[in-house]
Amino acid sequence: MRVNGIPNVRTCIAPLKNDIKVEIQGKYANLPDAKFKENPVKTIDIDILVVGAGPAGMCASIEAANQGAKVLLVDENPCVGGQLIKQTHKFFGSKHEKAGTRGIQIAKDLENELKELEKKGEVTVLLDSTVIGYYEGKGKKYKFGVLKRYGYEGILHEIDCKSVIFAVGAMENMLLFPGNDLPGVYGAGAVQTLMNVYGVKPGDKVIMVGAGNVGLIVSYQLLQAGIQVDRVVEAVPIIGGYHVHAAKLRRCGVPIYTSYSIKEVYGDGKVEGAVVVKLDKNWQPVKGSEEKVDCDTICLAVGLTPSTRLLSQVGVEMEFVPEAGGFVALHNNSMQTTVKGVYVAGDSSGIEEASTAMIEGKIAGVSAALQLSYDKKAKTLKKQYIAELERLRDGPFGEKPRVAKNKIKKLLEKKHV
Amino acid sequence: MYSYEKTGILSKKDLKLPSKKQLEKGVAIIECVQEIPCNPCVDSCPVNAISMKDVNAPPIADYDKCIGCGKCIGICPGLAIFLTKIKDNKALITLQYEFLPIPEVETKVKALDREGNVVGKAIVKKVVKEGKTMVIAIEASADLAMDIRNIRVDS
Repeated sequence: MRVNGIPNVRTCIAPLKNDIKVEIQGKYANLPDAKFKENPVKTIDIDILVVGAGPAGMCASIEAANQGAKVLLVDENPCVGGQLIKQTHKFFGSKHEKAGTRGIQIAKDLENELKELEKKGEVTVLLDSTVIGYYEGKGKKYKFGVLKRYGYEGILHEIDCKSVIFAVGAMENMLLFPGNDLPGVYGAGAVQTLMNVYGVKPGDKVIMVGAGNVGLIVSYQLLQAGIQVDRVVEAVPIIGGYHVHAAKLRRCGVPIYTSYSIKEVYGDGKVEGAVVVKLDKNWQPVKGSEEKVDCDTICLAVGLTPSTRLLSQVGVEMEFVPEAGGFVALHNNSMQTTVKGVYVAGDSSGIEEASTAMIEGKIAGVSAALQLSYDKKAKTLKKQYIAELERLRDGPFGEKPRVAKNKIKKLLEKKHV
Repeated sequence: MYSYEKTGILSKKDLKLPSKKQLEKGVAIIECVQEIPCNPCVDSCPVNAISMKDVNAPPIADYDKCIGCGKCIGICPGLAIFLTKIKDNKALITLQYEFLPIPEVETKVKALDREGNVVGKAIVKKVVKEGKTMVIAIEASADLAMDIRNIRVDS
């Protein structure tokens, strides 16, 4: 809906005033000419817009720029790197994927590559900037509104691009239990941000919920920060993350309870403890197995959901694929969605991990550039990256993303026979 | 289902154990049994003693080829390689240690097993900083060579 000429307004929560003009807008909104906070709107004309400067977005930008395309990389954070900046552990994979290098160092390496490309004028990085929406573009170009923040001020940018790559990541999942709204219940990613980015201790005694790689890695990082991890509880009968991560925790004395979950969290105004409970084969709590555990922090590492709102606003076809973590944009081998020139990469295309996100970013970057006729051995590179991606997903831990990507491929074929 | 999938703890049955002779020479024991996409240990070995069918296959150490140089210890992202040598009834174990404080050479530390239980004492013999990774060699009783997998430093 449009209110007083402003598009994309959620009228259900907009304040009702006399003489407001409420209109139904077309499929896509027109970006209004109105000044934003008295500042003039800046216009940027670019080949490729990359949304999100995490591992996928950074790799996509570097790759597209190396092919000769002019790239604008936008991220809402004050620095590039996305989740990499809090990954203090060494990465797996092979040499190509910077195995043995800590995530935080990979972020620095990619940032340096971006800086070189910025000096040459191939890439522009816009930080503290949020892509606020997709608007009706002129001709074959896509138009996005981007708000760059300067303290409490902001300048609205109008971005006209021939192609766009969404590498917008994912959101942490919540778990339902009484007391999940008490202060002290965190997502594991939030705890990692507090500790590893801001240097803030989230609590003194933690129960980690979830023994996937995120739960295991964050538990270990909590120990490194001098915080006690009482235990890890995992509803599934086996540890989902890599054994080597679990072994690191175990030899520090942290127990992992498989087939256990959290029943409730209690406390007066803040987390003071939790009731953990054993689960039977049918995932039902075993009566009498409840145990009260004192703690001040509950850390939830129970999966992620792809961020796709901008993609659905653009109008790409979306489908619910459980193995991908939720609704995802259908995409092909080139990471192109059902809308020509609109690409997706990384967790927003299906939950996986950073090494594969980087390769997906490379594929999207090189493909987007190739579509715009920038071609410096682009086809060879693309082939190589696709092979690398398949190789990384080949093992048992790649099964879920493999299933997800196959489903996405089949759904795409079904719709476009 | 392997029990380590439930517990996170390997038993000696899950591992390829070196012979007495190989232990006297000093070999890298790789406690990495799952198919995960990772292979820096293969690239780090100067004598090609670590092999892998493909990037997802678990690494296999050839204890006869291994020269005990320890180059694979600090590179392993899973902190899963332990250089183990038995000499004069003492075990010298080299492992990655990622906690503060970093112990000094000749410090006495607690020796922990795969479950974090204190199984004995150890003396720090060598501390090498490889980038941001601390590779520490400890000396302990020889009978604990295949049990000690971590240390605790009292601050």
